[in-house]
Amino acid sequence: MPAVQETVERVKRIDVDQYRYGFETLIESDKAPKGLSEETVKFISAKKNEPAWMLQWRLEAYRRWLTMTEPTWARVDYPKIDFQDLYYYSAPKPKKTVTSLDEIDPEILKTYEKLGIPLREVAMLEGVEPKPGEEDPNRRKIAVDAVFDSVSVATTFKAELKKAGVIFMPISEAIREHPELVQKYLGSVVPTSDNFYATLNSAVFSDGSFVYVPPGVRCPMELSTYFRINERNTGQFERTLIIADKGSYVSYLEGCTAPQRDENQLHAAVVELVAHDDAEIKYSTVQNWYPGNSEGKGGIYNFVTKRGDCRGNNSKISWTQVETGSAITWKYPSCILRGDNSRGEFYSIAISNGFQQVDSGTKMIHLGKNTTSRIISKGIAAGKSQNTYRGLVTAHRKATGARNFTACDSLLIGDKCGAHTVPYIEAKNSSATFEHEATTSKISEDVLFYCIQRGLSQEEAVGLVVNGFVKDVLQQLPMEFAVEAQKLISISLEGSVG
Amino acid sequence: MPLLEVKDLKVRVEEREILHGLTLTVNEGEVHAIMGPNGSGKSTLSHVIAGKPGYEVTDGQILFRGEDLLEMSPDERAAKGVFLAFQYPVEIPGVATMTFLRTALNAQRKARGESEYSTPDFLKKVREVSKSLNIPQDMLKRGVNVGFSGGEKKRNEVLQMALFEPSLCILDEMDSGLDIDALRIAADGVNALRSPKRAMVVITHYQRLLNYIVPDVVHVMSKGRVVKSGGKDLALELEASGYAQFEDAA
Amino acid sequence: MNVALAKTGSGRAVSDLFASAEGLLPGSPAIKAARRQAFETYERLGLPHRRIEEWKYTDLRALVGEVLPLAASPDAGALSKAADAVKAHAIAGARKLVLVDGVFAADLSDVKAIAAEASVKTLRETLEKDAGDILTTSSTDAVISLNAALATDGVVLEIADGAQLSAPIQIIHVATAASASAYSRSRVRIGKGARATFIESFVAAGAKAYQVNDAVIVEIGDNADVAHIRLMDDAPDAVNITSQFVTVGADTKLNFFNMTTGGAVSRLQGFIKLAGEGSELSINGVNLLKKTEHGDLTLVVDHAVPNCTSREIFRAVIDDRAHSVFQGRIIVRPDAQKTDGKMMTRALLLSDEAEADNKPELEIFADDVSCGHGATAGALDDTLLFYLRARGLPEKDAQALLIQAFVGEAIEQIADDDLREHVVGMAERWLERRS
Repeated sequence: MPAVQETVERVKRIDVDQYRYGFETLIESDKAPKGLSEETVKFISAKKNEPAWMLQWRLEAYRRWLTMTEPTWARVDYPKIDFQDLYYYSAPKPKKTVTSLDEIDPEILKTYEKLGIPLREVAMLEGVEPKPGEEDPNRRKIAVDAVFDSVSVATTFKAELKKAGVIFMPISEAIREHPELVQKYLGSVVPTSDNFYATLNSAVFSDGSFVYVPPGVRCPMELSTYFRINERNTGQFERTLIIADKGSYVSYLEGCTAPQRDENQLHAAVVELVAHDDAEIKYSTVQNWYPGNSEGKGGIYNFVTKRGDCRGNNSKISWTQVETGSAITWKYPSCILRGDNSRGEFYSIAISNGFQQVDSGTKMIHLGKNTTSRIISKGIAAGKSQNTYRGLVTAHRKATGARNFTACDSLLIGDKCGAHTVPYIEAKNSSATFEHEATTSKISEDVLFYCIQRGLSQEEAVGLVVNGFVKDVLQQLPMEFAVEAQKLISISLEGSVG
Repeated sequence: MPLLEVKDLKVRVEEREILHGLTLTVNEGEVHAIMGPNGSGKSTLSHVIAGKPGYEVTDGQILFRGEDLLEMSPDERAAKGVFLAFQYPVEIPGVATMTFLRTALNAQRKARGESEYSTPDFLKKVREVSKSLNIPQDMLKRGVNVGFSGGEKKRNEVLQMALFEPSLCILDEMDSGLDIDALRIAADGVNALRSPKRAMVVITHYQRLLNYIVPDVVHVMSKGRVVKSGGKDLALELEASGYAQFEDAA
Repeated sequence: MNVALAKTGSGRAVSDLFASAEGLLPGSPAIKAARRQAFETYERLGLPHRRIEEWKYTDLRALVGEVLPLAASPDAGALSKAADAVKAHAIAGARKLVLVDGVFAADLSDVKAIAAEASVKTLRETLEKDAGDILTTSSTDAVISLNAALATDGVVLEIADGAQLSAPIQIIHVATAASASAYSRSRVRIGKGARATFIESFVAAGAKAYQVNDAVIVEIGDNADVAHIRLMDDAPDAVNITSQFVTVGADTKLNFFNMTTGGAVSRLQGFIKLAGEGSELSINGVNLLKKTEHGDLTLVVDHAVPNCTSREIFRAVIDDRAHSVFQGRIIVRPDAQKTDGKMMTRALLLSDEAEADNKPELEIFADDVSCGHGATAGALDDTLLFYLRARGLPEKDAQALLIQAFVGEAIEQIADDDLREHVVGMAERWLERRS
């Protein structure tokens, strides 16, 4: 397994307790005034040159948000957030309409260089194409939309995508250029009133990605959005909307990092997916926000609402996530299986170390006939972290023939952490067939000893075992991502064995 | 009157026609072999005779001693004397084999208006038959087929055949998954049950089984029809020349 | 459902009830004050509803609506009806302790025989003599607070260190009063090295639409061997909410089984704490539900110390429009290394309108453990049904055989042969009534 070898070498090179994405890019930015009010919402909307309907939509969400309270049911513990002590908008300055990569601030490009993840995306942002004959056959083309703090700074391969009829652009542009699509779908999966953080996002989201794949089109390349929080005290509220029209297919990748800071930063994104008849959406995330330092100081609060609507018959939505970062993760990518024969999948690796708290899982809501879903969750808790899988599988009365298979396994490394499993399994008709299994265990001493006897260090041995433990999920990722993810996993577990 | 008459039977599974007008007549005391390549519809025929749900009979008839079998539920057919030895006998955890045998036997007898077996008679009979089939007693205490080897499962089918004394036995691919020794034990069990009052339909892909259970009539099935019938030599002929010659005939 | 009155939450009717009941309830002034406090807790919380996580699937406000007035003390007529019910439900060879409408009935009980081997008192006696700690539990759940406020009577059993009971003790709760509620609280203490089997049965003697709120505190010492069987066989329109607190010492074996075969709304909520190392729990349950019955089994197994084993097997068979709930939580505390905890729950839905909700939880704070759970829900296996029918079994019989096998996996965990047969018989009768 060369990938494992790579991991092992990677681990050797890295200093323990060092977050490799913890640098700050010194660029001037254009911020909204601190705090949240109707004025902030109007400021953001005006900055984006939004039409009146969009501002109205935001304001309604904001007014609704004022009546809501923060959810407390998740197994996460953090001081109350002062929502008036945050900036809700921060754009890199000077900012003008970006038409080519040359116009992007070189500082930002340097940031991507430093990030190194996903590596080829930097190359693409810099316009470096492999020479003929030197292309890596395993490496597919990936179109990237980079979101820096709250603003989309660059989208690549626009022209090529346009040829295929695929719309891939910052959502701020889509609001202006494709208002009919945005109006039709925005909030149709995650309503503005859905939950505290989704409602907040609806009021103040500043950018994100928009994808529309027309009927019968197989998107010619992977689409990718790269999120980075840079600015201090800034909340990042991106909004992603992906629509796969009848018989289309799209694979979408999402990567995230943030610099190392002492204070906590808020990230409250909303992702909405809509799959029509016979369409398929594959959504992969590698989340590596700053998790806080070894004392549990700082780190991102990641309160994200992700939901896919299998609206059409025979549609399919597949979520794959590798969650290694954030101080707190509160995230349940879900599928509403509305169309007959539709299918939902959730593959997750959630790793917590240090003082991280993860409460993540999925909801599979079976409404249509003969709908199927599959959940594979791998939770790894190390250090003093708490790692919870929370999932709902429900088959409604009319969802005849619904089937679900769930396997959630937890691995504990060390005796100061916790791993928890909270599934809700609701069968409301007799033809639904549900199978759920969960296990919690530690790394076998015998296996560790075997590896160490063969010359691996304790840490390498743990990395090896963990990579085996999560293999089923890694296989779901596009290959380039899988390699990155594998590295991340080993890095996140550093210092977890003593 | 023939024991079993299948007349121009057409059967669909999920919109696809599998049997396209199959005709077959079996008299008491006869042993028929039905041979054919995979996908020719052999197992479908056995399932439809036994009444397995999921098959749609669009045309034709199945008469059993002149009675319309298709009008009967699977358990009524069993009580009438139709026995299907399954290609893949199911495992039923939690139902002890002994309990199962007694419940099934008495249900059949009750349906026929006969008195239930007395426990000593039943036990004696089970013991006799299981001994001849090399089935250890402790196997009968376990759940039906749970943890049984392939050979044990098939022997359990033959055991039931011997106990229930059906007048028509359909053996669906009895040789699948068995080694020679296991096959011989099972076949000996079947041969012991041959009688002038009982007919058998042996469904098999390979001629091998017919060395042990020698048929009176051999039918070749292809693409949902019987394409040729003959004596036991037909099986040997097939062994030598294969099924390909019949593909076009169908 | 007769009991579902329009009113929700805790209202005037309940306050009146407490005011009128207070004078009748046993206990010193200090205990009375504690009861009043417990009642205030209940009044503040009201009946549990779906937004209380532990009651998500059993919304008592929607299902029950209102707490009925306290049942009157049983009169001669009630006792004679109860005597018939006791006869019908007594387990052969067991010694009986009978509570009629929540009040201990000495004449129907085998006090003398039990007293030869154990100490037996009533809750009333205990509260009048001792401190009221029996009314205190670790929980502030609304229904438990209500029980503490209104517990009228119960049995207080002490089985001495080393005692080996020669016969099982069966506590039979008989309901005779219609449209009334009974509050009972019992405590069973089992000493070190003791061996005991006790059974709790909930039955109706012609009563309709009654409500039971029972609490049981079980304290088991080290090296003990205990079997505890509960049979909730209430009237079809009754409500029965039982809370159970069990503490298990070291190197002890506890074999627990619950079966619910009736009741409009039934819930057993058990909190089982492993407080000593080296103990083995076998916890099992069966729900057999039909019509619009709602049966909830909620169990928390708390591994507070290292080196214990717990095994849990649950089966639910749900027909018509019935609703089965299973919530099982395994907690492994930070120091409880080498814990081995496994739980398997399966629901069989016999009708398109049946509902099964499963919430199996793991809450684990120690790393050297082996824990797991499994949950399935589905209909009877068509392949197995066909096999049985092809062997001559009519449809209902084939179903019955498969259902018996299905629940058998839980029932066969009952260690005592006679009790196991008794439970199998109850399950068979339920199946016969079905067809």
